[in-house]
Amino acid sequence: MVHSSIPLFWRLRKAKYRLEGTKCRKCKSVFFPPRSFCSRCRRKGEIECFPFSGKGTIISYTIIRTPPEGFEKQSPYAVAIVKLDEGAQISGQVIGDLKEVETGKRVSAVFRKMYEDGPQGVINYGLKFALTG
Amino acid sequence: MTRVAVIGAGCTKLDEHWDKSLRDLSTEAGVLALKDAGLEGKDIQALYIGNMSAGRFIGQEHLAALTVDHAGLTPIPATRCEAACASGALAFRKACMAIKSGEYDIVVAAGAEKMTDIKGTSAISTLMGAGDQEWESAVGLTFVGLYALMTNAYMREFGLTREELALVPVKNHKHGLNNPYAQFNKEITVQDVLNSPLIADPLRLLDCSPITDGAAAVILASERAARKFDNPVWVLGSGQASDTLALHSRASLTEMLAARVASRKAYEQAGLGPDKIDVAEVHDCFSIAEVLAYEDLGFANKGEARKLLINNETAIGGRIPVNTDGGLKLGHPVGATGIKQIIEIVKQLRGRAVTQVKDAKTGLTHNVGGSGATALVHIFGSE
Repeated sequence: MVHSSIPLFWRLRKAKYRLEGTKCRKCKSVFFPPRSFCSRCRRKGEIECFPFSGKGTIISYTIIRTPPEGFEKQSPYAVAIVKLDEGAQISGQVIGDLKEVETGKRVSAVFRKMYEDGPQGVINYGLKFALTG
Repeated sequence: MTRVAVIGAGCTKLDEHWDKSLRDLSTEAGVLALKDAGLEGKDIQALYIGNMSAGRFIGQEHLAALTVDHAGLTPIPATRCEAACASGALAFRKACMAIKSGEYDIVVAAGAEKMTDIKGTSAISTLMGAGDQEWESAVGLTFVGLYALMTNAYMREFGLTREELALVPVKNHKHGLNNPYAQFNKEITVQDVLNSPLIADPLRLLDCSPITDGAAAVILASERAARKFDNPVWVLGSGQASDTLALHSRASLTEMLAARVASRKAYEQAGLGPDKIDVAEVHDCFSIAEVLAYEDLGFANKGEARKLLINNETAIGGRIPVNTDGGLKLGHPVGATGIKQIIEIVKQLRGRAVTQVKDAKTGLTHNVGGSGATALVHIFGSE
């Protein structure tokens, strides 16, 4: 089972639902997933909130056919590493026809159900990617 | 600072040990290592044990204490080391450093994992604990998925074909054919690999290491203590490095920076380069990992690992035989793997390996944690 809890999802809601990352005002590095400490400027860095557009390009992908717990119903599904237009890279599922998923294709983030924590658990939502051309 | 040598080694069979618990396996490996060294338990001054996830695999934490307890070694200090699949080599490195510090003369470095007490999908999720829980596991990635992302990137960048990649498990299965400790003793063909089920495209079942129970232990000694033993195998270099936890945060998907840095440090300490290595055990958890290792360790230039495979240069009889015991494809009890690799190199340098490399004098081990966030490289010599 993916480690998940209501406090965890509440804590990460801005990043998970709105793709809010961070940026260092000093060196202009952007971070997604968000970092609260600039790894380049270290203590001299000035971290601020930085919303990403959700648009990006697939730099590699795979089709998961042996899923972990919680993802059994979705299998097979595509997961890609997406280079966001603003500069950071993130892993995410790509929805739609599996045969269409390719390196180099453009994608855009969309809000979707991620997985269920069993029959009684919370339904976890988050961002996936849709092919845009 | 004293030099450090391996003076004893022992390993359980890598298998689905339904009749043995983790404590049985680690005790068995430890006793075999002591017997090999000709030592008694009372001679051991400290223990370091590598283990990835006993907490999730069997619900047991505080593993180091359990291990010395069941081995009858209390009250010596015992420490658990964790770096996912590199936990074994990490325990080894910590044991070396403990001896180099002057604190001890004889120390055990062990590794153990019990993976088959939980069902397969739970094991997949547990292994994924080595990745980024919030940003990789949460989107449904698996470990084979992460290595598949590297495979696709590598094939695209360097033109490696699916058939060429299959040469990795074909070679390793052949090497391990007579290995009595291996989980499988079966020769396979490129066609077998290509016909095996897809797990995470383009990686197939026979590209993947199995779920395995097992334990391995080595006895380390300071130079003054080691001189009294037959066939000490000397630790010539030890390197460890780190990278981002998540694969997606790396600048390149086609190399492991941590392995490059760790190997550079190990070569520097040993005072020799990759051309002087006679035999190597590399972390081939998935076929692409061995390809990347050739380049990260300097056995091949970037993008040219395929040439080693095509020309059989990493097979027995080749320029630099790799994974002579069959590698991780023939058993990968994650926390034990790093020590198991060292044991194969120790056997090679003592001239007692099942698949022996002729006149092997120097050997290397490469143990990777997660998708490359931790890497450890050790270099060994018979002199």
